Amino acid sequence: MKVRADRSAPDPVASPAAVAARAALPPKPRSPFREGIGRLVRNRTAVAGLIIITVFLLMALLAPWLAPRDPLAQALYAKLKPPFWDPAGSFDHLLGTDDFGRDLLSRIIYGSRISMLVGLVSVTISLFFGTFAGAVAGFYGGRLDNLIMRFMDLLLAFPSILLAIVIVAFLGPSLRNAMLAIGVVSIPRYARIVRGSVLEEYNKDYVQGARALGAGDGRLIFHHILPNCLAPLIVQTTLGFASAILEAAALSFLGLGAQPPTPEWGAMLANGRALILRAWWAVTFPGLMILFAVLGFNLLGDGMRDALDPRLRD
Amino acid sequence: MSRFILHRLLSLIPTVLGISLLVFLMVQLVPGDPAEMMLGERASEQAIQDLRQQLGLDQPLYIQYGMFLSRLVRGDLGRALRTNEKITVEIAERFPATIELSLMAMLFAVTLGMLAGIISATRQYSLFDYASMILSLVGVSMPIFWLGLVLMIIFSVNLGWLPLSGRMSYNIQLQSVTHFYLLDSVLAGDWKALRDVLWHLVLPAFTLSTIPMAIIARITRSSMLEVLRQDYIRTARAKGLSRFAVHYQHALKNALIPVITVIGLQFGILLGGAILTETIFAWPGIGLWLLNAVYARDFNAVQGGTMLVATTFVSINMIVDVLYAWVNPRIKVN
Repeated sequence: MKVRADRSAPDPVASPAAVAARAALPPKPRSPFREGIGRLVRNRTAVAGLIIITVFLLMALLAPWLAPRDPLAQALYAKLKPPFWDPAGSFDHLLGTDDFGRDLLSRIIYGSRISMLVGLVSVTISLFFGTFAGAVAGFYGGRLDNLIMRFMDLLLAFPSILLAIVIVAFLGPSLRNAMLAIGVVSIPRYARIVRGSVLEEYNKDYVQGARALGAGDGRLIFHHILPNCLAPLIVQTTLGFASAILEAAALSFLGLGAQPPTPEWGAMLANGRALILRAWWAVTFPGLMILFAVLGFNLLGDGMRDALDPRLRD
Repeated sequence: MSRFILHRLLSLIPTVLGISLLVFLMVQLVPGDPAEMMLGERASEQAIQDLRQQLGLDQPLYIQYGMFLSRLVRGDLGRALRTNEKITVEIAERFPATIELSLMAMLFAVTLGMLAGIISATRQYSLFDYASMILSLVGVSMPIFWLGLVLMIIFSVNLGWLPLSGRMSYNIQLQSVTHFYLLDSVLAGDWKALRDVLWHLVLPAFTLSTIPMAIIARITRSSMLEVLRQDYIRTARAKGLSRFAVHYQHALKNALIPVITVIGLQFGILLGGAILTETIFAWPGIGLWLLNAVYARDFNAVQGGTMLVATTFVSINMIVDVLYAWVNPRIKVN
């Protein structure tokens, strides 16, 4: 606040000497956070990803205003209409309709809501439990560490999509259970990152100093140690969105996630699959959406890895 | 070396035991009574009771696990609900199909992926480099169940070049001995069948290969770039060796070490991806079988199939570890 007040006031000493003196001052040191943002903005991959994600987020938020029609409304007289550029198509349904006459464009727009939601919920589950498990394992070490990390190894002993399928198979197919399964399956990735960082930071002077000053375990973990492993966690979270969206679409495609008539991209593909001989558009567009949404998060995650955490580069 | 292999082999035991415990406990996730879920709402009380008894669901948990383990050790996974056939027999018939598909996919992924990676690295910042790196990013993000459908529309429906689905045409007669159709047709000396089987493999294998291919391309490129910066490469160039000799005889060998690890790890992704690919192409492998067991709520079969796939997965990882230590002797037991 003070700085801003100074600037807005008329400068009484705008003599050339004063200006020169000010220019000679060393530049203000930038916080690591701002420096990271700066590098991120200069990273073309990250920016491309960010743009794609923004488009999808806007689509999800503004779906009721963007979608030309009700995504669930059936119109039996308008079944399997092709997109508008096809001679048989019309501007009533820009991307055509499915076998129930539902407007494909509207369903795709509403589908972005579900995919963003899936990403958010699954990543929150794995981030929360993964961070907790990793922090506890790294901080307390010994038997507890061994027990937690062996369990994480066990989860990693399954191909992740298989484990998600099996969990949903036992819990019963639904979007909620699919999100849960995908969240659980990715917990080890976060736990490993956090545990590694905690082990690395724990013996550093600042942590031991804080401990000597009487800081409790919780304060040491959350206030002192965790902020220092944020960079790899942010990267993993972004990439986690990508894999969560992809896996949820796969589960829904197999009939184990979102159930019809929910406008979910994977479920739409499953429906379109029966139509591939007659309606290529019912297959093509939902899949493109999945591809772009996943690509957006992968691009951002990749760019972030380069910008925020040079150690992680491969 | 033999000590290392022994060590890794022994470490497999607790892992497999852990997997079995996890797979066993999964039945506890079922909301309500598993036996009732398996037989459906219209089953009689007697039938449900019988199934409960047959599955041992009326016993305490630790006894159930003991029974589960002892059956596993004896290689008895029970019978499939739908066919009443032994689960081990059903798996044995279908697993070769999945292995054949995965190996073919890996062949695509390794050859095309490494080729793209090497060319990208030796021509860094060229048009080819940019194009292949963008393509590999797209490849990593690819929903393969969608790609499979699109390839089907293009190459089977519109162009009619490749068969739509399945492992073999109906009019081909092949005596199946090993259940590996490629091997069977070679053994029988039936070239017409071999051609047919190969044709059926192309689309599913390519679909399955996209993600590993993209990852292999990226790793090969970065590993190759790393090696090309080393002093001994500069020395080789200074000696006047040809581009080819420098790149392929000096650089590639050392650049391959990380690539091998990645290739090994991709097998797991292939096993998972096979479930999706097999569904799309009606490929009669373990993935499709497992999924049908899921649809039929045949929990016994799901457990058996999962057990098998997970065990295969960790075994492959172990083999990769051993191979890695063999290629790179600096890594040893610790």
